[in-house]
Amino acid sequence: MLLNDEVQLLRKVPYFCRVDPCKLKLLAFTSDRVCYEPGQELFAQGENADAAYVILSGIAELITHSSGEDVKVGEASCNSIIGEMCLISSCSQAVTARAKTEVEALRIAKDTFFKVIADNPRINMEISRTLAENLRGSRFDGADRVNHHAR
Amino acid sequence: MEKNLLRYIWNHTRRHQIFILGIVLLSMVPYFMAFDLPKQIINGPIQGGGFESPGATKAFLDFSYQIPFVDWEISFGGFDLSRLEMLLALSAVFLLLVIINGLFKFYINNFKGKLGERLLRRIRYELVDRLLRFPPTTMRQVRAAEISSMVKDEVEPFGGFTGDAFVQPALLGGQAAAALFFIILQNLWLGLIAALMVAIQIGIIPKMRRRLIDLGRQRQITARHLAGKVGEIVEGIDTIHTYDTTNYERADISHRLGQIYRIRYDLYYWKFLVKFVNNFLSQLTPFLFYSIGGYFALRGTLDVGQLVAVINAYKDLPGPLKELIDWDQARQDVQVKYEQVREQFEPSQLLDPGLQTLAYTMPDHVPSPLATLAVTVSDGSGAHVTENVSLKIEAGEAVAMIDNAGTGAEAIAEAFGRVVWPTSGRVMLGEVDLLELPEAVTGRQITYASSDSYFFHGTLKDNLLYGLKHAPVVVEGDRAGATTARRWEIDEAEQAGNSIHNPEADWIDVRSTSVSTGGPDDLARSITGALDAVQLTSEVMELALHSFIDPKEHPVLSEKVVQLRFALREELEKAGIGGIVAQFDFSAYNKEATVRENLLFAASRQTNGFDAELAEGEYVFEVLKTANLFELLYGMGLTIAENVVEIFAGLPPDHPLFQQLEHITVEDIAYYQQFMQKRRRKPGLIVSETERKAIVKLSLYYIEPRYRFGVLSREIMDQIVAARDLFYANLPMKLRDRIERYDPHRYMGAATLRENILFGKLTHRSPDAPAKIRKIAARLTREMGLYDSFIDLGLSYDVGASGRRLTPVQRHKLSLARALIRRSSYYIFNKPLPGLDRRAQEEIVKNVLQFLQDQDNNPSVVWVLSNTSLSRMFHRVIVFDRGSVVEDGSYETLDVNSDIFRTLVA
Repeated sequence: MLLNDEVQLLRKVPYFCRVDPCKLKLLAFTSDRVCYEPGQELFAQGENADAAYVILSGIAELITHSSGEDVKVGEASCNSIIGEMCLISSCSQAVTARAKTEVEALRIAKDTFFKVIADNPRINMEISRTLAENLRGSRFDGADRVNHHAR
Repeated sequence: MEKNLLRYIWNHTRRHQIFILGIVLLSMVPYFMAFDLPKQIINGPIQGGGFESPGATKAFLDFSYQIPFVDWEISFGGFDLSRLEMLLALSAVFLLLVIINGLFKFYINNFKGKLGERLLRRIRYELVDRLLRFPPTTMRQVRAAEISSMVKDEVEPFGGFTGDAFVQPALLGGQAAAALFFIILQNLWLGLIAALMVAIQIGIIPKMRRRLIDLGRQRQITARHLAGKVGEIVEGIDTIHTYDTTNYERADISHRLGQIYRIRYDLYYWKFLVKFVNNFLSQLTPFLFYSIGGYFALRGTLDVGQLVAVINAYKDLPGPLKELIDWDQARQDVQVKYEQVREQFEPSQLLDPGLQTLAYTMPDHVPSPLATLAVTVSDGSGAHVTENVSLKIEAGEAVAMIDNAGTGAEAIAEAFGRVVWPTSGRVMLGEVDLLELPEAVTGRQITYASSDSYFFHGTLKDNLLYGLKHAPVVVEGDRAGATTARRWEIDEAEQAGNSIHNPEADWIDVRSTSVSTGGPDDLARSITGALDAVQLTSEVMELALHSFIDPKEHPVLSEKVVQLRFALREELEKAGIGGIVAQFDFSAYNKEATVRENLLFAASRQTNGFDAELAEGEYVFEVLKTANLFELLYGMGLTIAENVVEIFAGLPPDHPLFQQLEHITVEDIAYYQQFMQKRRRKPGLIVSETERKAIVKLSLYYIEPRYRFGVLSREIMDQIVAARDLFYANLPMKLRDRIERYDPHRYMGAATLRENILFGKLTHRSPDAPAKIRKIAARLTREMGLYDSFIDLGLSYDVGASGRRLTPVQRHKLSLARALIRRSSYYIFNKPLPGLDRRAQEEIVKNVLQFLQDQDNNPSVVWVLSNTSLSRMFHRVIVFDRGSVVEDGSYETLDVNSDIFRTLVA
């Protein structure tokens, strides 16, 4: 998959859909393309969150670990973004993300993300808006996975 | 030290001075014989004196001598030689005398040189010896560069003077006296006139020299200050830059140089004035001879022949006299220098040399407590930092000292470490004052470490083991077993009163390491234990992995590293993560490496001040052209340029993201942008060679998984792999020894240890690849017995001047590790880790206490804490407030009873 395809994919992610494609290309370029084997963890619950992941292909399971057992709370597949809370607030990961199939993802590191949006208030706005929309949606739909992150 | 340099020289070289004077006098015999010989040759065989009749012969080498008192006569009739034979014989004698004179001169000069150098060595050694015995307060006032300029430069002229110190005046004085005597012999009155003039010369000239001496003294001091100032600039260069004071420093230096110039100019003026007066006075005497002598000759009271004889005899007087005066000048010169230097090395108090006697064995363990008795310490201004502090540290105690206000705890720790001396009161080790104990006891029984410990130029290991170098392991002085060269060294050292110990010998006392089981690996275990305790091991390992080793020097190690390389590959395969390293394979393109790296397929040696790109670039382009790759890469470069420009063109030039582009700068982007615009406007434009190369350069640093522009086709990759041989085949000579080809079965000296182990590129697609590999590699390293070799390699890292190649935190850790390696009864740590974060500090304090408690000698630890909450790890806590002890007890009791302590720890 080429950089341009990644940009196309990013545009389908709600957070980024209204962002200038040129900036998205910069974001994609400065991010790493990473691969995970089935069973490998993208990140673990409680870990220091330093990056968000946009799934390019494959499926990742989202699992929380509470009262001694793992509970699957959702799945993320192509075009979805996970761990994005870290891009806005400094917190630890709320869930564990584990590759169910072979997963290819774009790893957007927190500091590169800040560098990209530093002079693009537009992206900032878009993200805040999408977040707000997500939150509003989640109030009516308690099963939405974004809800778990927001907590 | 002796006040007078001449006396100093006499005291130390008396025997040799007398000997050389004897030799000089002996050398006079052939010297004067050689004077007389030309006359004999000319008068005799050449002009025919004594050979009036043809066939006449003369005796050669005939002599007769009657020994007085016994009336024995020794005589020799000589050989009868004809005129020609006589000429040859006398010429041969002349040649012989020339050779003998030359040899005498050679020997005398050599001897004088040796004498001078030995004395110089002695003085320098004595100065440094005194420096080592300075008390701490004096030491604080000296400037390092000034001291070194004194020891090195200012004493230098003493060496040259030593050889002439006594020989010259004896000889010249004799010559002058003889000349004067001859004049007096010719005519008493004229002789007395000459003597009077000499007396005036000797009387006036030294008086005029006073000014010269004064100027010389000033010159020496200003030059010394200049050296000190330059030293300060070097040491304070960071501060100078950060505060933009370079021009202030320039002005300061200029002013100093101006002063030196003025003094020197004055010096010249006076020097030549003195010379002028001196010359005048010596020419005045003949004037008097001509005028007064002439007057009397005209009057008829003086014989004309006598006058001529006097004037002739006077010729021999000014020469020696002038040299004698020059000698005196040199003497005064060095005397002034000597006094100036001596003054600096005569502090009011010096340590008794007995305190520093070399002790081969570790002194007996002192179980008695370390105590202060009413100790008062003052700072530089004389204000009291502590007042009447009495403390007792028992064996095996772990004591934390903390300050509420002031720096009393630090001052007491410094007093324990003998870094400062108490102004009143005493620090006692057992029953004896610490300052009266030899350093062999205090310097081994007490280990002191603070954050400003010094590091010497050398490797990490040298510095780490520095605290063990008390005495050579093998007792020296046995000359029988020594090599000739070493025997010579010892002899010479003794002649100059120097230390006879060999610094190259083994000085590391393995019996005084902290881990002391008597086994052979005590030292190694102490090192690893100390490094682990201060958390320096991983950094040392990192240094090792970044280092270059020459496989010729370490054949075994490099062989093992190659084995490790294969083992690592195997283990990664076994763990199912073989894909995280893209191995170098001669027949395949390595996708994780740049195009350039793929073409070179070699490690290239990095040398300082050598631009690899510049040196190899042209050749790379050449190869690309021969392999028909240039055009392909140019096309590829155009696409890359388009993408890069699109992504980065909008960003301001100081945007942090530019740092992500490894080989492309902001200026490059602007250049490519202009180029692309130009191309778009005029499609048929001719592209210059430089522009083409710039575009190809973009392709050269392209990595597909990193950039993901999709421009690297299978075809290009194959062609690059095919061009590898081409690149190597015609490699120019100057690149040949810098470029080393990848070979899976060989160690590459041009690559770092890490690159050699990995032998490939980490994939860009697995973010946790480094951590995974590190884990497996660390296990393999230990399994294959390479761990110690790697640590050793890391320890051979050069720390630079005063350890500046290390970070401050590394320096602090190293200082602590250096202390931990030594076996002592008392460890005094004076805020050794100031720059460290809380958590690391806590861990290190815990590790250190644990490490020391694990040793069998039950040592005491006194730790001045900057982080007061750590005091709970100690048996006993002492709280200082404005220089006095306000609380002393266990953590628990203080926590309950003391308000001050609670506020401090909270």
